[in-house]
Amino acid sequence: MSENTNSTTTDLDYKKAKKKEEMKQQVVTFALMIVFTIIAFTMVTAGLDKLFVIPILIILAVVQVGFQLYYFMHMSHKGHEMPSIMFYGGTAVAFLTVLTMLVLVWW
Amino acid sequence: MSQEHTLNPEVFPDEPEKATLEGKNKFLGFWFFLGGETVLFACLFGTYLALQGSTVGENTAENLFGLELVFIMTMLLLTSSLTSVYAMYHMKNNDFAKMQVWLGITVVLGLAFLGLEIYEFYHYITHYDFTFRSSAFGSAFYTLVGFHGGHVLFGLLWIITLMARNAKRGLNLYNAPKFYIASLYWHFIDVVWVFIFTVVYLMGKVG
Repeated sequence: MSENTNSTTTDLDYKKAKKKEEMKQQVVTFALMIVFTIIAFTMVTAGLDKLFVIPILIILAVVQVGFQLYYFMHMSHKGHEMPSIMFYGGTAVAFLTVLTMLVLVWW
Repeated sequence: MSQEHTLNPEVFPDEPEKATLEGKNKFLGFWFFLGGETVLFACLFGTYLALQGSTVGENTAENLFGLELVFIMTMLLLTSSLTSVYAMYHMKNNDFAKMQVWLGITVVLGLAFLGLEIYEFYHYITHYDFTFRSSAFGSAFYTLVGFHGGHVLFGLLWIITLMARNAKRGLNLYNAPKFYIASLYWHFIDVVWVFIFTVVYLMGKVG
């Protein structure tokens, strides 16, 4: 019985440590997101060529959103198959929607 | 096993938000909803991009927007995303008091963001006479950014309601999914904002 209790405590400690480790990763993710944001704003204020700046801005935004989804919203965890299908399904329709509107108006 | 024991186990399971069937259903349903929200915002982004150039007079994106304010707003919302991650970290450790504190910080940061956004709109309307009816660009801008602001307001009311409703209840497997879902919503608001500050403000400023 006492052995049993012991192993539960070790298990709990292990899980707690694991969560703590994950929390550290989250903070690193956050720091990276801040850095990306600062890069994006600095590039715009620096007044570089717009054909060079705009693609980089979009890449930075996509990467930052990926961080948000996979780390902050835990999409990297197990059991997110259906959420991924639903969210990417939405993203695919979203992409087509934007494309359609731009083609309709700008053509 | 009584229901009381099921909802308040001595040791919280690994994923308290998905420990009950109701929690699992909420989790799946909410991600489905987020897929729909993505499409909704895509419509507004598409409209904005299409009508961005349809300005009247001097009130163009380049002349109007001030990046300092937008930068501060971005930092506030980004930080509030991290604080809600901290809240969920404490939720998983079954530490109700700390979760409430971090949620409280999230709410304060969200309110600051909303205050700055209201100031921004007020400034455009009073100093530049740039309103919803000024131009197609004005309509598209206020619809897109205002819709996001409406989401921030809704998220704040949601989190505040959860905090107040469960203040004396403590944390259990019945309300853990509720907190988790609200934090997902909050992160999604930040996801949308990343595209708003990139597409509307930064790309608007570049020209």
